[in-house]
Amino acid sequence: MARDLEEYLRPEVKSTPFCPGCGHGTLMNLILRAIDELKVSMDEMLFVSGIGCAAWIPSPNFNADTLHTLHGRAIAFATGAKMFNPKLKVMVISGDGDLTSIGGNHLIHAARRNIDLTVICANNMIYGMTGGQVASTSPLGAISSTTMEGNIYRPFDLCKLVLGAGAPYVARYSVTQPLSLVGAIKKSLTTHGFTFIEVLSPCHTQFGRRNRYDSPSDMLKMLMENCVSKEQAEHLSKEELKDKIITGEFSDGGA
Amino acid sequence: MKFEEIASTLPPRTYYFSGNEAVAEGAIAANCRYYAGYPITPSSEIMERISIRFKDVNGVFMQMEDELASICSVIGAVWAGAKAMTATSGPGFSLMQEGIGYAALTETPLVIVNIQRAGPGTGQATRVASGDLMQAKWGSHGDYHIIALSPWSVQEMYDQTIEAFNLAEQYRVPVFIMGDEATGHLRERIEVKAKVKVFNRIKKLGAPPFGTDQVDGIPPMPAFGEGEKLLVTGSTHNEFGFRKTDDPLVHSKLVNRINNKILNNQERIIKTESYHLDDAEVIVVSYGFTARSSLYAMDELRKEGKKVGLLRLKTIWPFADRIIHQIGGKAKKIFVPEMNRGQIIGEIMKYAACEVIPYNQTDGEIIHPHQIIRELRYLLNNM
Repeated sequence: MARDLEEYLRPEVKSTPFCPGCGHGTLMNLILRAIDELKVSMDEMLFVSGIGCAAWIPSPNFNADTLHTLHGRAIAFATGAKMFNPKLKVMVISGDGDLTSIGGNHLIHAARRNIDLTVICANNMIYGMTGGQVASTSPLGAISSTTMEGNIYRPFDLCKLVLGAGAPYVARYSVTQPLSLVGAIKKSLTTHGFTFIEVLSPCHTQFGRRNRYDSPSDMLKMLMENCVSKEQAEHLSKEELKDKIITGEFSDGGA
Repeated sequence: MKFEEIASTLPPRTYYFSGNEAVAEGAIAANCRYYAGYPITPSSEIMERISIRFKDVNGVFMQMEDELASICSVIGAVWAGAKAMTATSGPGFSLMQEGIGYAALTETPLVIVNIQRAGPGTGQATRVASGDLMQAKWGSHGDYHIIALSPWSVQEMYDQTIEAFNLAEQYRVPVFIMGDEATGHLRERIEVKAKVKVFNRIKKLGAPPFGTDQVDGIPPMPAFGEGEKLLVTGSTHNEFGFRKTDDPLVHSKLVNRINNKILNNQERIIKTESYHLDDAEVIVVSYGFTARSSLYAMDELRKEGKKVGLLRLKTIWPFADRIIHQIGGKAKKIFVPEMNRGQIIGEIMKYAACEVIPYNQTDGEIIHPHQIIRELRYLLNNM
């Protein structure tokens, strides 16, 4: 974490809870940078998270109101807090398993209702905290502790899912695209209504080492090589787009 | 004490309400301003009335996508400063159990109404039972204590809902109203008084929100947005909310306190009603709708000079162990009619020295007075 953002952390927090090579520390940095650039007061913010590694990004680290909830239910808790006190600026930060598998129903319904929440989904494509089981976001063929011969089910396209549910702002970036990501977080915080950002965040400990990425940097390289902007993607064939991750803004607040 | 008398939102007079409507009105009277729920028979009328009446009082009503979301959004609203409630039945109550455990550990005051129907499974959605009493106490994993009330009339659906909010705030605990289909759909005349006594949440800015010096203390409770930079978690936490999930001392201190704060105050919490206990040879211990039939049966037998008494449990949890111990030392027999396979009788047998006789019915029908009269006659003739 950059020193200039230390004021956003609780004084009691002395170290990161994340593994070496984890993308969540970078994401933590970028969220605080967006808040810093927007000059949003931490007194107005409420951070809600579920269960899993990504849920530890705000709790206990962020020096604001933080609500660390049940597995999958962060958006439901956030809905109650926001609806009762609309003055709170509510950001949900949690993982892909939490928000889109066990909590998938709350995600699409909050998007459908257009509740004024910012939801940041740190997608590491695996259940990290529980030991690397396959997720609803794991790529086809991915090796996990419950798919030793490779994942046979297609992953969710989270952005399409949330767009389909009617969210006015939906974006996807990787932690290897920090400037775009800060821009997207700022946009989501200033867009009224339900906003969703899928952030690709590598998990070397549980995903990378099982899937032939020899070091954490290899996973970052993979993300840098495979992420293509949606504008670039328009000029690529179906064959060329295989294994690519399309990034960008898929709906920009117009709804 | 932080009790305050406020004016009733409903003009004071008599009303002709169903039990479910009375619950909604009791909640509004107690300053409940957030409600989240999901449709389920036989409790839906509570949500329907709230959805209309909250417009008059600036309440926030959310019909959520399921019962998991309902209880969780209620907890979120409570931490944002609301007095909040949800109501459900049968399978919906099962779905809420995880959230109930979270509320117990985070000491979140809220009210959960269970209009009980016949289970297990989907069971008989439109029929009466009181099969969820043990679930109210033991439904979520781990060791915790809650408060559960058992209304027997439409008036009590109203009064106990107000009481439930006050108990929830005083003890920072989930409080259950264990109604049933019969009481929920019963229509009776009720009296709405001009003043309502409500307990206001105790706030002490800067004080630890999850710990006190006493082993059974109840910490003050701030809300989000008050600048407290609150740290709330359903994992084991110290007095300021920091996760301490591998610290045996922090865990035992926390779990013991959330249990002791209820158990050590149980004499203040528990309410019972006694009829002819002094000379009774057979005492009926009853609760909820069945207590109406029990009272009728007792009155009929008293007319014949039979020494029958009635103890009505208005509070189910914490359990009225001391009074059961007392009457169990005096009466010859205790008779326990229940619309389940025998739930509260187990608690009674733990504390009563005398013979305890069950009467169980699980056919989705109420237990009628004549059934109790018949059973009591048999008991009295064979003593």
